Amino acid sequence: MSIGPFSPARLAPPAEARVTSPHRSSAARARVRRRQRHERLFRACGAAAISLGLVFVVALFFSILSRGYTAFQQTQLKLDLDFSPAALGLSSGAASADQLGGADYAAVIRQALAREFPEVTERRERRELSALVSSGAPHQLRELALVDPSLIGSQRSLWLTADDEVDLFVKGSFDRTTPEAQRRIKDRQIAWIDRLESLGRVRKSFNSAFFSAGDSREPELAGLGAALMGSVYTLLLTLLMSFPLGVGAALYLEEFAPRSRWLDLIEVAINNLAAVPSIVFGLLGLALFINFFDLPRSSALVASLVLTLMTLPVIIIASRAALRSVPPSIRQAALGMGASRRQTVQHHVLPLALPGMLTGAIVGMARALGETAPLLMIGMVAFLVEVPRGFTEPATLLPVQIYLWADSPERAFAERTAAAILVLLAFLMLMNSLAVVLRQRFERRW
Amino acid sequence: MQSMTLDPAPSAAGTPAEGAAAQRENSLSRQSQPVPRAAPSAPERTLGEPRVRNALITSRAVSVHYGAKQALFEIDLDIGRHEVLALIGPSGCGKSTFLRCLNRMNDTIDGCRVSGEIRIEGQEVHAPELDVVQLRARVGMVFQKPNPFPKSIYDNVAYGPRIHGLVRRKPETDELVERSLTRAGLFEEVKDRLKAPGTSLSGGQQQRLCIARAIAVQPEVILMDEPCSALDPIATAKVEQLIDDLRKNYTIAIVTHSMQQAARVSQRTAYFHLGRLVEVGPTSQMFRNPEHQLTVDYITGRFG
Repeated sequence: MSIGPFSPARLAPPAEARVTSPHRSSAARARVRRRQRHERLFRACGAAAISLGLVFVVALFFSILSRGYTAFQQTQLKLDLDFSPAALGLSSGAASADQLGGADYAAVIRQALAREFPEVTERRERRELSALVSSGAPHQLRELALVDPSLIGSQRSLWLTADDEVDLFVKGSFDRTTPEAQRRIKDRQIAWIDRLESLGRVRKSFNSAFFSAGDSREPELAGLGAALMGSVYTLLLTLLMSFPLGVGAALYLEEFAPRSRWLDLIEVAINNLAAVPSIVFGLLGLALFINFFDLPRSSALVASLVLTLMTLPVIIIASRAALRSVPPSIRQAALGMGASRRQTVQHHVLPLALPGMLTGAIVGMARALGETAPLLMIGMVAFLVEVPRGFTEPATLLPVQIYLWADSPERAFAERTAAAILVLLAFLMLMNSLAVVLRQRFERRW
Repeated sequence: MQSMTLDPAPSAAGTPAEGAAAQRENSLSRQSQPVPRAAPSAPERTLGEPRVRNALITSRAVSVHYGAKQALFEIDLDIGRHEVLALIGPSGCGKSTFLRCLNRMNDTIDGCRVSGEIRIEGQEVHAPELDVVQLRARVGMVFQKPNPFPKSIYDNVAYGPRIHGLVRRKPETDELVERSLTRAGLFEEVKDRLKAPGTSLSGGQQQRLCIARAIAVQPEVILMDEPCSALDPIATAKVEQLIDDLRKNYTIAIVTHSMQQAARVSQRTAYFHLGRLVEVGPTSQMFRNPEHQLTVDYITGRFG
């Protein structure tokens, strides 16, 4: 008889077909309900974890934002200044640059304040009055005079940076009902500020100095310029050194090196290096780059060398993972065409792995950007007024600057610390979005 | 089984054991219930004619080890000029391993050792003076899963000629790309979208693109490792037709799991079993009148 695929014997149900199924009993229904309950519970745990994380992130952002946003504005006072040579303590006539540099600009401000408040005569009161204006204001005037010598002999109304305590008061960070003994700003000073305010001589403007100036003991003069430039120089150099090195190492290990005991050893070493505490890299940098190679202390060069050592294992691991995720069929196809190893890697594997490698590199860079501990070891904790102009000049970095400001006693540094954290976070987000953009630009399907 | 184009072995189906089994289990298919009996072992010597006169590729005593495990045992097998040799056998029998020895793709596998002698036009492929890249240009390969590069159709085909320096200028490349795609029977389907990515084609088209890519390098031999296993019957028919056409210009070795395919496209067939070459012969003879019991069992579908 025929037993081909379509014979009647095949199509008929088997004689001993089961009538009762273990999947239809009430016990089975209970099992299904229990499984569904576990399923829901599992999912709820995940959702709870992510919401908890979100709550923390939102709380962090809210706390920093609410504390730091005021630092992006700076209070200024408008004074009618008299730049007559007499007031500046200069001998009359054309003034040389030397004289302009050494003139007494503080006196100009003192006299302007005295004209504004003629009733203030007592010595202590007059000192309190001049304290309304930042101690950096005379320097601002000197810069102005050096750029524009026609200032001398003229009379101008100029906006001058206010003292940090005045700044805090105007921004309303403490209220005037606090007993006088508990605040640095005196009742008299409050009265003067109120009067200046009623005359329209107080304003809050965008604090551009915060991004361009170097550090200062005076909060109203302190800026992130040195730290920002230091971070930019350091990261640039770190990327230039660690990306090619890391990708090269990953390529060799993944594509060319023969499997051996040595390779396993190197792999273990790299994985361990990625977990070494960063301060150890700082010590290594101190011993090697500064003490042995005698490179300039607290420079962007040394910082980037140390950070390169630190990020290399991360980049190597990410790059190897990216290489491994390239399907082997692509390599086989290329090799089967008669492409050499080098051609296979260069034409096919590397382009496909590059987005993953870039992402890994930027994650490593982001970690380097936020790193503080190793930098403490190589003398980056420097009070730096000058903005660095090269890789070998003394520099400081954003996280180090935050650390320094957080340590300062002046109240006004609190908001600047928060603002600096905001700048650091913005920097990080910029880098991460760059990673996303690069990923999408270079990603290819296979 | 009745639907097979080439009925494998009427004599085998008529053995007494077969008849008894058929009566005992008449409600079940033969394939799913093998008859219990002592498994025949592979012969000491390969049956049939492993050698041919004026062969393009000769292999003598080829053994392959993966680490400690031996995958191929002393294989002697020739491939004649302008013939299609089908390599058949159950999974893991070493037919793909043998194929990959011919263009030294086994070199890319860690722990793989090949011994014995493989010559192409009399030249030893493992000789130190032979450049493996050159060898792979002469012995092209098409893989089981279509694996076009994630580049345009044009670049997929032009890649090989470019890296081997077969083309210099754009018009030359254009012409070679068109010729290769035409020969692979794909040009009419893709001529309007040569800039589209190769991965956007259907599975069958992708495989023909891979064949076009292989012939663009102008090899002497094309190795095909189950080229149709991921394709539907229509695409398979097209590729089989293509293999038949390519025989005029190339020598082809094809690994396949489909007996019908081996019967349709090949002139000679080699049957592998557990790393040994059991039997080789002209395809018609292998399917009509196999010598060894293992070959009989495999061809009639009793296992594998």
